[in-house]
Parts: sequence; structure tokens; C-alpha cells
Amino acid sequence: MSAKLPPGLALQKVDERIMTLNVGPQHPGSGHMRLIIQVDGDYIVGCDPDPGYVHRGEEKMAEYRNYITNIPHLERPVIHDSCNILYPYCLATEEIVGIEVPERAKYVRVIASELNRCVYTMYWLAIYGIFLGHSTMFMWPAGDRELLIDLLEKMTGARVTHAYFVPGGVRNDVPANFEDVCLRQVNYFEKRIKEYADIFYNNPILIHRTEKAGILSREDAIRLGTTGSVLRASGVDFDVRTKEPYDAYGELDVHTNVLKEGDSLARSKIPWMDMLESCNIIRQALEKMPKSGTVRTKLKPNPKGGDVSVYKRVESGRGSLGCYIVSKSRPEPYRVKLSVGSFRNLIAIPYLLKGEKLGNMPAVYWSLNYWPVEADR
Amino acid sequence: MSVIAPKFRVSEFLRSVLDNIFWIVVILTLVGIPLLQIILFYVPLPVYQGELINPFLTLTWISHPELALPLVKAFLLTDMFRIMAFPGFGFAALLAAGVIFVERKMLAKLQLRVGPFYCGKIEGILQLLGDGLKLISKEIIIPAKADKPIFIIAPLLFVGAAAAFVALIPVAPGWVVADVDLGLIGVFAVIGFFPIITVLASWSANSKYPFIGGIRALHQMVAFEIPLILSLLGIVILTGTLNLSEIVESQTNFPWIVFLPIGAIVFFIGMLAELERIPFDLPEAESEIVAGWLTEFSGMMYGLVQLGSYLKLYAFAALFVVLFLGGWNGPVFWPPLEETLIHEGETIGPLTVQTPGLPIFSMEFFSGVIWFILKTAAVIFFILLPRGVFPRIRIDLLLDLGWLKLIGLAFVNIFIALGLLYSGVIGPGGLM
Repeated sequence: MSAKLPPGLALQKVDERIMTLNVGPQHPGSGHMRLIIQVDGDYIVGCDPDPGYVHRGEEKMAEYRNYITNIPHLERPVIHDSCNILYPYCLATEEIVGIEVPERAKYVRVIASELNRCVYTMYWLAIYGIFLGHSTMFMWPAGDRELLIDLLEKMTGARVTHAYFVPGGVRNDVPANFEDVCLRQVNYFEKRIKEYADIFYNNPILIHRTEKAGILSREDAIRLGTTGSVLRASGVDFDVRTKEPYDAYGELDVHTNVLKEGDSLARSKIPWMDMLESCNIIRQALEKMPKSGTVRTKLKPNPKGGDVSVYKRVESGRGSLGCYIVSKSRPEPYRVKLSVGSFRNLIAIPYLLKGEKLGNMPAVYWSLNYWPVEADR
Repeated sequence: MSVIAPKFRVSEFLRSVLDNIFWIVVILTLVGIPLLQIILFYVPLPVYQGELINPFLTLTWISHPELALPLVKAFLLTDMFRIMAFPGFGFAALLAAGVIFVERKMLAKLQLRVGPFYCGKIEGILQLLGDGLKLISKEIIIPAKADKPIFIIAPLLFVGAAAAFVALIPVAPGWVVADVDLGLIGVFAVIGFFPIITVLASWSANSKYPFIGGIRALHQMVAFEIPLILSLLGIVILTGTLNLSEIVESQTNFPWIVFLPIGAIVFFIGMLAELERIPFDLPEAESEIVAGWLTEFSGMMYGLVQLGSYLKLYAFAALFVVLFLGGWNGPVFWPPLEETLIHEGETIGPLTVQTPGLPIFSMEFFSGVIWFILKTAAVIFFILLPRGVFPRIRIDLLLDLGWLKLIGLAFVNIFIALGLLYSGVIGPGGLM
């Protein structure tokens, strides 16, 4: 092999002791992605994440559809967090087209977005549970998630792919008795997730397993560009909801949960604490929401923007989620770029897994709050 | 190429049935009759009440109830019955099937689910049967680079070792398949086979994940076998015997768990690890190494391994009952059967059901078996429970637990036993 290698490639020395494992894409412990892991005995010496198995060209597709018809397909990358992935798109489109959102719609959006964050996080938590071999922690969140899914079904008419946010507000108003039902469900939901601490987060075996596993220091977390729960678990107080409040978040009291440890336990606790915080936000929003009024400013058919480019970001279940739209005075956007939290957190995997034990692989990998489908877009 | 299911035709169906009947008749005649002759030639036929029991006589007796009952009783006393049915494989398999059902339903209740529901109408009790049929009907796939003979034989060895383990467990006074004087050592000899079988199965599959799983199983079983053996040393010191039946008989007043609770805890934890139950299911850790050493097994080979592991679960639970909970000892709470029922028979309307001959099942037997099953069920419940409560442990914590903490506790247990013996609490002149 004396031939000159193309740039970017390097020959790897093969060691007899090193075993290369392809974790995924057909492995119960991977998502729709592959982790190429090199193990020396029980220790991981190298890890190379290989995403891209579910690339769907959402961004390219968005260039051939107008601003309204983009909505149903742009939520596909994270169908169980569909409100949050549409949020920055709607915010950016509103700025391009130049319309105002009614006051009531802002609160309805906040409620839908927080409910959807909980739905996403419950799904994530369920998989985190089964990844650690805790089957009860798989079943409980998967069951309690139904509460909020029912609530969102009442709001939007669909269980997962809501397509609820539209430029100019939300698609339809909430049903008549929604506030009472929502308050009741959310209170019960909060009571339920507080019980998870007893069986999961305070479980001595879980603490032994995830404590000091895959520590991401504050400096590394900032340097690698991680976001969301990963960043907050490493001691960085960053949340788009409080730092750059959008819609009604500026009028609500949002508390940011920050832990300093930066290990898998902290990373798995932050989303759970965020769910409790979401319940608070929903209660506040229900209280402050205008009791009547329109929820949607109608757009003109085939709205066109000027020659502008807009970047908006929101806090999704996986961290900061940005949408960059370039408009060239046409009914279709010239370019739509989604900057998703999953992909930004993925970069941390090789750094965190190096030197860990193989048994820690699922615990560290899934604690990064990574959703493969969203990362591929 | 797509396979289209052939259309159903009655004539072809009948022809295939007739084909099968033809071959069954041919094979039975060519193989069965010589085999029967050989068996009849070598096996001395038992004599009962002055008559030689030959197959024809047996057929005659079955048609006469008065004669059939002694026949049944004679069969109950044979070793074959012991191995196949009561204290042996059949009883254990029945309990294991019950365990699988209870595990599913209990775990489902714990996790706010329904569990098996449709199969068998009543709470899905036939789900196990359905699963078994599915496993049997599945194709057995052997990896191309596998070491075929060892790979095929490993599940059979696993079931065989589990069945050998079951054979050593005394269920009721005198009811044990193999009443060995060195029973406890026999138990550990059998347990010692499992890591070897596991490593053979995983290595012969010639695949990465089974290999890692097999190595993990080896680490785990070796690490926990030592505390498992040491935790029982206390009982051996106090009873002075290795025979399991005698150990049970020594607990007529107090079960050993009263005096040796630490030993019982160590044994229980070691048991969980040997059984590869959560939280110690590292060799089969799904999210890490697919299915561990079971990854390449398919169809009934997987089914056999599962059967073996549930037999092993029953055997370990029964061993815990025998050693720490007093086996079949317990107050006779079964309403005693009338003497006439046992000896003479019972009159049901115009019919008198005669039960002549010796009473095989005494009152002690019934009471003992019921106590034994109840205690075993309780232990099995506690073996199953962690699955709903704990996540999986990591290998370094596991080895730390096995090699350091449990061995230390096992030695503490031995010193407690020695203290009890020399202070005279237990032993000659003491409590027991």
C-alpha cells in the first residue's frame, strides 16, 4: 500500500487486540445510525459515528414548495416533536412575509410547544430506560405519554404529526373546555413523572452506572458546540427560551435547570427536570392566555417575501433548533436550512466514548439526547 | 423470485395424509417391532402379584379398573416416573411454564400493561404454547462459519445440565431422583458446567457479539460461583452433612434462614447472577451486545436454551428452599384425607371407587409437596421481581460485587455458623 492516499483518508494500523464492532444500523442499541466502535477488551478505544441512514432531503424539498405546503413535510424529521421543529420555520416565515401573530395564538403556541416537548422527552426517556435494561422505565413513560398525546389530539386533531403551527398563528383554536382538561391532565402528569425519581433516578444501580460515565466538561461542551440538555448538564446556563425569548416566553417565568456534573446521570436528569418545568410553564400560560380572540392571521394565497434572509431559533426537546430561510421574492423559499440540536450533540460521542467501558455505550450515547432522524433531516 | 402459496386442494391434502400414514406404518413396522423385541429380550419384566407383566397383560389390566390401579401405583414407584414426571423433569417443566406465565403477567401489572391476553381466552394462558409452536416451526439458521457440531449440541447440553440440576432436588420425603450423599457437591458440579456450555455456545457461533457475551457470562459465573459455594459452607458446618434430604430434615424446627440470614442473602444474589436475571443479565444485554451469547441461536435452539434457563431458575429457587427455608417442612394444613379413602375406597353414588394396595401418597407427602411448591413460588417471585425494578449493572461493578463484597459477606456467614456451633446454640444439647 505504497500508493498515495487521497486527501482526508488515512491508513489505520490494525492491532490484534482491537475488535471493531458495528453497532447499528440493525442493532437494538442504536437508532437509525451506526457507531463504529473499537474495543480493547471491555474498553472502547475509538468511536466513529456514522449518521445518514435516514436522510430524506427535507431541506431540498422545501425549495420546491411554497411557504404553506412546506409545513407538513418539514415536521417529519421529529414527528413526536413536530410543534417545535415547525416553530422556527413559522417564526422566520412570519418575519419574511411580514405578519403579526395574535396574542392568543402566542400562548396557544407556547402550550402546544411545551406539551410536545414533554411528549418527545417521554419517548426519549422510555428508550433511555430500556437502553439501561430497565423495562419498567420503558413502559411507564410510554404509557404516560398517552395523556399528553390525547391532549394534543384534542388541540390539533392528530396524535403525532400535528402540522399545527402555521405562519401567522396556529391552524385552529383549542376546543371549548380545553383549559380545564389541560390543567387536570398536566397536574396528573406532573405527579406521575415525580414518581419516576423513586424507581429510576434514585435507583442505586442506575446512579452507579451513569455517574461519572462520559463526563463532558464545561469547556468541552462549549467548544464542541453542543446544545440543549447536554450543554445545561455541563454547567452552562443556556436556554433559548430565556436568553432570546420568542412569542410569549418573555412574559412567562421560565426557570433554567443547570447541573454541574456533566456526566450521563446529569444529562439524563436535565430533560426530566425540564418536563417538570414545562408543566409550570403550561400552567402559567393557561392562566395568562387571553380567553378569547383569533388565533390565526390569514396569509394571502401564495405569499411572497422580499429579498431577505432570516434566522430564527427556538428551544426544542433536543436543544437549540434554528431555521435559516433565504427568500428571493418568490412563492417558494430559495433555501431552507435547519440547524438541529441532535446533529450538534452527535459530535460529542467520539470524545465521550473514548476510554469508556462497553457497558456504558448505550448510557452515554442516548444521554446525548440525540434523535437520528432529525440529525439526518 | 416470489413464492406463491399453492392453492388448497382436498385431493392433495388427502393424498398427503395417506402418504404420512403409509410412512408411519412402514417405519413403525421396520423400526418399532425390532426395537420392542430387543427391549423385551434385554429388559427383565417386573413381576407383580405373581404374574409377569408383559405388554399384553398390561393392555388387559388397563381395561380393568381394579387391576389398573395397582399398575398405576407400580408405575409411580418406578425410577422412570421419578425422572420423567414427579420430582424430575415433568414437574420442573410444569413449574417453569407457570413461572413464565406468572413472570409475564406480573411484570405487565407492574408496568401498567395487560400482558398476554388473547391466546387461550383466559388471560392468555396459552401464550407459552403459542410461542413454543412458533419457535418449533421456525427455520434453524446456523451461521456459515460456525463450528456446527458444537453449535448444535450446546443448547441440548444446556437443557441436559439444567435437568441434571433438577434431578438433585428433593421435593418431598424420599422423593428425589438422585439421592446422593454428596448432593451439595453434586449441585456445584452441575452448576460448574454452565459457564463451559455458555462459552462453547458463544465461541462456536464464530460471531462478535456472542463472543463478547460468552466472555461476560464466563466472568460473571466464575465470579459468583465462589460466594455461592462459600455461603453454603455455614449450613454444612452446622448440619454436618452434604445430603440435601438430610439438610431438609435438620430444619424441622427452624429453617436455616433464621440463623444464617447473611448466607441466604449472599446465596440469593449469587443465584440471580448465575441465572443471568436482571440486574445481572449482562451476558444477554440487549442494548449493548444484541442478545449476547444467544444472538446466533434461532428457532427451537433458542427455545431449548430458554427452557433450560427456566428449568435452572426453578432448580435454583428449589435449592434455596431446600437449604434455607426448610424444604417440605411445615405444619400439615391440608385437611387430612380419610383413612377409608386411602385404604378401602370411596363410594360415589352407586359406584365404589376401589383403591386397593398400599397408600403411596401419605399425608406427609401431600402437605410436604404443597409447602415446597408454595415456598418455591415465593422464592421465584423474588427472583422475578428485580426485573421490573432494577436496571442492568455494569461489568466492573458486577465483578467488584462478586469477588469482593459477597465473598467477604460469605466469610462473615461462616464465622457466624462457627460461633453458633461452638457456643452450643445449635448442635448436641442446643436448639436442634
